[in-house]
Amino acid sequence: MAFDYEKFIRPGKLPHIWCPGCGHGIVMKGLIRAMDTLNLVKEETAIVSGIGCASRLPGYIDCCTLHTAHGRAAAFATGVKMAKPEMNVILVGGDGDGTAIGGNHFIHACRRNINMTYIILNNYIYGMTGGQFSPCTPTGHKASTTPYGNPDPGFDIAKLAIGAGASFVARGTAFHANQIDKLITEAIQHKGFSVVEILDDCPTTYGRRNKYKSVIEMMNRLKEVAVPVKAAEKMTAEQLQGKVLTGVLHKVERPEYCEEYAKVIERAGGNK
Amino acid sequence: MSEEKKLPRIEIIEKYCKGCHICVEFCPTKVLEMKGFVVSVKDLDKCIKCMQCELRCPDFAIKVHAE
Repeated sequence: MAFDYEKFIRPGKLPHIWCPGCGHGIVMKGLIRAMDTLNLVKEETAIVSGIGCASRLPGYIDCCTLHTAHGRAAAFATGVKMAKPEMNVILVGGDGDGTAIGGNHFIHACRRNINMTYIILNNYIYGMTGGQFSPCTPTGHKASTTPYGNPDPGFDIAKLAIGAGASFVARGTAFHANQIDKLITEAIQHKGFSVVEILDDCPTTYGRRNKYKSVIEMMNRLKEVAVPVKAAEKMTAEQLQGKVLTGVLHKVERPEYCEEYAKVIERAGGNK
Repeated sequence: MSEEKKLPRIEIIEKYCKGCHICVEFCPTKVLEMKGFVVSVKDLDKCIKCMQCELRCPDFAIKVHAE
């Protein structure tokens, strides 16, 4: 039976603003399916975002949502979680929002290991503001501010999150739509800061400048570069050249911030 | 075949479709086609109810009603 997405969408909000072929809609569907699988109560779920194309996502979902300042989603979400630790807090943002303008907040949220889920939609560019290069734009690729090719190497968001201390890190792509909700479900279930990076396509500002003829070509590229973690174990370093690992990349148990903070309150005599 | 194959109903919400071609391209049996700027069903008989179009449509424009 067709999945009923409407029950999680604010009435009258569709069609959404994203360009034709933009993968953000596919990721939003994945998030909705994950919310349905986990039976999340709308009143007990907060979706927090910053600014950007991806950050428009919470506006369409019918639950507690917060659209905040550019890059500050992690800071606002930490506030929500500390005030109401029983809430499920999900952050959504793009690569520019999360790793450039909000890079500072992102790494410290990872380090703190506060129980939230950060979904980063990595489309390699700032789409909304006109296609400026982001920290994730690969070397040599073109953006409106790097018309002769980007000299910088791109960030590997998953490795950045692991290095900063996130206790769950996964990666999927907009092409592998079936996998998105499974990764998000596992991330929400995990206790601690979980990061799900979804490789996405931006046909309007990234694809056109980098000689992708169509949305389909961009989707096929995602299909080609993605290698599941298990399959990668049997591959040589040469075969893995230029590929991106997908699936659950990192999962450890670490003390969670809200609980640790409650202990601090206890030690200071705050509950007496 | 004595028993007639039960066909699904493919609902297309034309108001939402932005004509990105993703569903047409990734349908394994090529059931869908573009009619102008929006998608339409070309050959329902070929549908295998894999739901790939519904899953991949970024615009919430396709629903496959199968039992």
